[in-house]
Amino acid sequence: MNYGIVSQEQLEQIDTILADKLIKLGVDCVIIIDMAGNIITAKDNGESKYDVYSFAALAAGNFATVDAMAKLVGEAEFSLLFHKGQESNIHFSKVDDELLLISMFGKDISLGFLRLNVVEAIEQIRKVWGSNED
Amino acid sequence: MSFINLKDKVVQVKIVYYGPGRCGKTTNLEYVNRKFRSQIQSEMVSLKTHGDRTLFFDFLPFDMGQIKGYDIKIQLYTVPGQVKYNATRKLVLKGVDGVVFVADAMEKQREKNIRSLNQLHENLLAYKESIFKLPLVIQYNKVDLKDHGVPILPTSVLRRDLNSRLKVPDFEASAITGYNVAATLKKIISSTVVSIQKKLL
Repeated sequence: MNYGIVSQEQLEQIDTILADKLIKLGVDCVIIIDMAGNIITAKDNGESKYDVYSFAALAAGNFATVDAMAKLVGEAEFSLLFHKGQESNIHFSKVDDELLLISMFGKDISLGFLRLNVVEAIEQIRKVWGSNED
Repeated sequence: MSFINLKDKVVQVKIVYYGPGRCGKTTNLEYVNRKFRSQIQSEMVSLKTHGDRTLFFDFLPFDMGQIKGYDIKIQLYTVPGQVKYNATRKLVLKGVDGVVFVADAMEKQREKNIRSLNQLHENLLAYKESIFKLPLVIQYNKVDLKDHGVPILPTSVLRRDLNSRLKVPDFEASAITGYNVAATLKKIISSTVVSIQKKLL
């Protein structure tokens, strides 16, 4: 497995998927991180100004904590998380054992619609990422 | 594991400050945050209790400049030192590239240092990493307390306790005054970057 280094071509493909599936939908910012808190790629709508590095570290910690809690109640995992705020929301979804997709979006997008698109984006990303292991 | 982005030419390196409770891990990061402000674009993130003890971790991203055209982004983390938080300590160690072990030079902390180092060894094994192979620097912190009449262990004793088998670079330091904080950081960064380069070649 070649995890740790991803080719430029793979990253570009992933960026295109994120732009087509999520940014076009109106998501403010979408980040793919690994479970160690590294950023694989980040895309935004050009307006949001998030500190994505701190965000990635916190998100990885958050997800790891919830994962540990899942084990305590006898679940293999909680594969998605959703935090709702007044103006903005955050949706976390596992891509595979190593990767996490995080979408930050405002109140104009419905959660259901976002989830549909996240599922589609993840399927496509898995295909691109999986080509690493060939 | 470091993550290398070939498109944006960025290498992300994870360095964790590990050690027993109240040994000065957060103080190390706070000093770096103040001293190297110009190289740090974001705020230091601290997840702590009301009593100012680290609950989960502190996080400080740090730009080191370029090596062979690649931007090196150093991510400094601390673990919570309190004994009961081993589950979270373990989580923070995931994907670590280099460790600074901060030991408390106070005489009464001798046993806690040894226990904490042993636990680091066990926690790394859980990620199939070896304390003997991972880049590691040991810091004997709080040497300034000697001037205030607090009994501290001589460095030779600390070295025998903690570094007789590991034989890694070590420093006397005082995180609160900044003595050898930068030297410790420089050493762990250079060891870690060299180790990543070796893995890639």
